[in-house]
Amino acid sequence: MNVLALSPSDLAIAALLILALAGLSRRLLIGVERPLLVSAVRSTVQLFLIGLVLKVLFESAQPLWVALLAAVMLAVAGREVMVRQKRRFVGGWGFGVGTLSMFVSSFTVTLLALLLVIGTDPWYAPQYAIPLLGMVLGNTMNGISLGLDRLTQDAAQGRTIIEARLALGQDWRRAISDSRREAMRVGMIPIINAMSAAGIVSLPGMMTGQILAGTPPVEAVKYQILVMFLIAGGTGFGTMVAVSLGARRLFDERQRLRLDRLHLPAN
Amino acid sequence: MPRLRIQQLVTRHVGPVDLSIGAGECVCIEGASGSGKTLLLRAIADLDPHRGEVRLDDTRCTSLPAPAWRRAVALLVAESQWWSERIGDHFEYGVDAAWIEGLGLPAAAMDWQVARCSTGERQRFALLRTLMQAPAVLLLDEPTGNLDWDSTRRVESLLDDYRQQRQAALLWVSHDAGQIGRVAQRRYLLDNGRLQEIGQR
Repeated sequence: MNVLALSPSDLAIAALLILALAGLSRRLLIGVERPLLVSAVRSTVQLFLIGLVLKVLFESAQPLWVALLAAVMLAVAGREVMVRQKRRFVGGWGFGVGTLSMFVSSFTVTLLALLLVIGTDPWYAPQYAIPLLGMVLGNTMNGISLGLDRLTQDAAQGRTIIEARLALGQDWRRAISDSRREAMRVGMIPIINAMSAAGIVSLPGMMTGQILAGTPPVEAVKYQILVMFLIAGGTGFGTMVAVSLGARRLFDERQRLRLDRLHLPAN
Repeated sequence: MPRLRIQQLVTRHVGPVDLSIGAGECVCIEGASGSGKTLLLRAIADLDPHRGEVRLDDTRCTSLPAPAWRRAVALLVAESQWWSERIGDHFEYGVDAAWIEGLGLPAAAMDWQVARCSTGERQRFALLRTLMQAPAVLLLDEPTGNLDWDSTRRVESLLDDYRQQRQAALLWVSHDAGQIGRVAQRRYLLDNGRLQEIGQR
């Protein structure tokens, strides 16, 4: 199994694509050249840094360092969920709802995979734990931010309907049930679509990477299926937890709709 | 003992408000737009945070679960709200056919899509929907706001029957002096967040 190592000039050629795209964006006044370049630089720096961190981590394999890196990943994902909300919860809930839900779902799913499915030794072996957690966390983050965003937007726009239902004596669960169901659906659709299209329309990135690195295709496929299921589980349960927590938080102890617990949208 | 007793109720810029309504009594509130009539009704239905106390037949609002309170002390909002496809989907306690007829509504309309009904028809169906949960107190926010003369009189007469038969207490927000004269036993003006009695029959 020999990997064709990439040289800096190989990466530079790929980077020309980004530069060309930025140039065109500027020429056509689309205005995405700045965020495009910034995000390209960010991803380069971040990926190199994580590469270095992983190199050190793989050599030492200390559980404390694995836990610390996992905590940092969770915190960053939690912040990302928060800033993607158009109307986020006021106070600690803004960060808390998404982060707690991601913790519950992603960590459980990853632990399950490590302990019961892959059975690595030690179970926290960073070569497996960190990439798996990263993939589950990244997708769960998307599902949760989509779901929460939909829930809070729906509640704010459908305020009169929700309150009319409360006034008719419905409890808060029923009054918000339509928005809640819709929010959960919206959070889960991307992973459902990804699973349907996998292998036919798209070759998932993880599998492609493994194949490029020389793994036999069928082995790569098996890992990809495992990862897909883990992602679907993490995203699905995470979205359900987050949307449920969010819906509960929209009502107070007297089951009043409390939109004052949401920030107003910035624009 | 009054059916509904409001003591030192404060909600946003409204209050403190004290008001008692007896069983089978109808009290009207008038006041300029923005004077807080809707806010007052919402606080009584416990839909907004508020201070002070509201009692139904000596039962404190906070001693009942919120949904049970709102079924008994029912707010009918000014603009009717619908969330399912058909009108009939919104009636979980069924509907009294005599009431549909009494309000001049077509009985078949229970199967209609909500979008097919006019604003006035929807407003009357919303009233029926609230009455079907048999509230002891009705908080009515301009219940005839979108209705023609004939429908207005039908609504007034149905509410009158309901009030007398069930000994319900009605708190009725209206802008129509003629209507207030017909339905109110006492009338109040809400001005600057304060409630002043302006007439009694």
